[in-house]
Amino acid sequence: MVRDYLYPEYEAVRNPDLCIGCRACERQCANLVHKYDSDLGKMVSNSATCVDCQRCVCLCPTNALKIVKSDNTFKKNANWTNEAISDVIRQAGTGAVLLSAMGNPKQYPVYWDKMLINASQVTNPSIDPLREPMETKTYLGKKTVSIERDRNGNIVSKTTPQLELETPIMFSAMSYGSISYNAHKSLAMAAEELGILYNTGEGGLHQDFYQYGPNTIVQVASGRFGVHEDYLNAGAAIEIKMGQGAKPGIGGHLPGTKIVGDISRTRMIPEGTDAISPAPHHDIYSIEDLRQLVFSLKEASDYKKPVIVKIAAVHNVAAIASGIARSGADIIAIDGYRGGTGAAPKCIRDNVGIPIELALASVDQRLRDEGIRGDVSVVVGGSIRSSADIVKAIALGADAVYIATSALIALGCHLCRSCQSGKCNWGIATQVPELVKRLNPADGKERLVNLVHAWTHEIKEMMGGMGINSIEALRGNRLMLRGVGMNQKELDILGIKHAGE
Amino acid sequence: MKKVYVNEEWCLGCHLCEYQCAFANSGMDDMVKALKGKEIHPRICVEGDNNISFAVNCRHCDDALCIKGCISGALSKDADGVVVIDKEKCVGCYTCILLCPYGAIMPGADHSVVQKCQLCTDNSAGEPACVKGCPNRAIVFEDRD
Repeated sequence: MVRDYLYPEYEAVRNPDLCIGCRACERQCANLVHKYDSDLGKMVSNSATCVDCQRCVCLCPTNALKIVKSDNTFKKNANWTNEAISDVIRQAGTGAVLLSAMGNPKQYPVYWDKMLINASQVTNPSIDPLREPMETKTYLGKKTVSIERDRNGNIVSKTTPQLELETPIMFSAMSYGSISYNAHKSLAMAAEELGILYNTGEGGLHQDFYQYGPNTIVQVASGRFGVHEDYLNAGAAIEIKMGQGAKPGIGGHLPGTKIVGDISRTRMIPEGTDAISPAPHHDIYSIEDLRQLVFSLKEASDYKKPVIVKIAAVHNVAAIASGIARSGADIIAIDGYRGGTGAAPKCIRDNVGIPIELALASVDQRLRDEGIRGDVSVVVGGSIRSSADIVKAIALGADAVYIATSALIALGCHLCRSCQSGKCNWGIATQVPELVKRLNPADGKERLVNLVHAWTHEIKEMMGGMGINSIEALRGNRLMLRGVGMNQKELDILGIKHAGE
Repeated sequence: MKKVYVNEEWCLGCHLCEYQCAFANSGMDDMVKALKGKEIHPRICVEGDNNISFAVNCRHCDDALCIKGCISGALSKDADGVVVIDKEKCVGCYTCILLCPYGAIMPGADHSVVQKCQLCTDNSAGEPACVKGCPNRAIVFEDRD
């Protein structure tokens, strides 16, 4: 209907002087934006289906293409923005929930960008990480409070299972199904080379990836897809997914069209059936219930694997984390509202949850106040964009961080936020064979390894600047942070002073 | 010897290698100037459709049929093992085109002599241009002997 018409949000613009008509853009666009018009004898573009994934821009050998934000606009209105009007028009036409993907893109405050890091001057020496040892090795799991020795002086204290990371970074959960085989393979290979871990997400573990077990976290989510004894024992740790930052309080839905072949086998569900993860775990309605699942999983894995409980950062996150710490979990993972997803209702993604910075600070403080901080490690995710974000997270009290969006960007993602379409031109969020093969894991692995190496170098530089030579000495060291442009309440929650104080 | 190999598992059929090849052998320093509005004559050719595709170029066979069959002595192996063509000697009889089991030799732009991949040793590209320009590392330049 004419009332439903919306002018394309982004336009593919071609410089005809530079276009040599190689048709690479046409061959590489799964959204069929470009085509060669033989009557006109030139390439033409239809921007209506363009998602601004930048594939054509990156592949064009003569830089003849760019994607621009359309300047077509409704009459300027600070309240009824173009987005608000367009969404109403779409929903009036379809009656449907609006779907989107990746993290919350709205203009909420980014607290990472309101915190500044300290450096040594005169009274305490800074350290040059290129000349002196600098430790980023991180152990995750319950810490022993006191050391006991036997008569001969040998340590007898039993340490619960720990995860050993060369650098305090892990790849967070993305299921095989939501991302492609090649994306998973890239993550697994990179984790192995880096001495860190990646996470299966809730889609089970493909048979081919059992070999990366020591670098794998296997996830158990509400749908319990692909969960069996061998799976639980395949990884280095087991993660119970209670929530996800991009869509707290709701479940997941992988459409039947994506449940094909290996994905059906790995998830242990018939081909073509929708994979629906319920919003809650139907056997968990209390911390006591959670404790039962934690210990069921420990029992199934012979108490050899640490258990992680992952929650979304929501309003009462500190109290929830306190409960989790008492449930027997070894690690709490908190996912902030900017965390990504392969598909979520737009209203949830854009409006539910809280910033990870505030959640982290309040959880760390609460666990310290209650004297149980050592019982669990805290891992945070939900838009860690740089090494500086990691340094700030660790100074606020995190033991390690989870990264996923930045890992996907390293693999080629340009954050077009269209994962739900299943037509990812970069071969990441798709199961279409000719798209999946666009991600060569040899290349993907190398780029992930490069990213984590680069960030680790930068973390060491920043630690050195502060005169700190071990990540342990930075952990929870909030004096290394100062806030700018924040009110007193925000500073109090973060537990940091204002710059200049 | 180092040769150009194609991993069909990763070949996307984007045909960019053909354009990189044509540009590298154009002798010009600007791709737009070299290729815009012109029919290209690359020495690498992508076969197949969107599902399975494969870029084909000279295999530099140990026992090259094209060299055996060349009536004018234009084709030979250089010291590194690269099958090279002396365009001054080529008479354009196309015997080599008929002999090549891979279809890797083709008529040049003016059809008077043939052309083939010489691993970019005959232009200023340095490393083979198809390898450098492949967006998915499907084309590699390595020694598999």
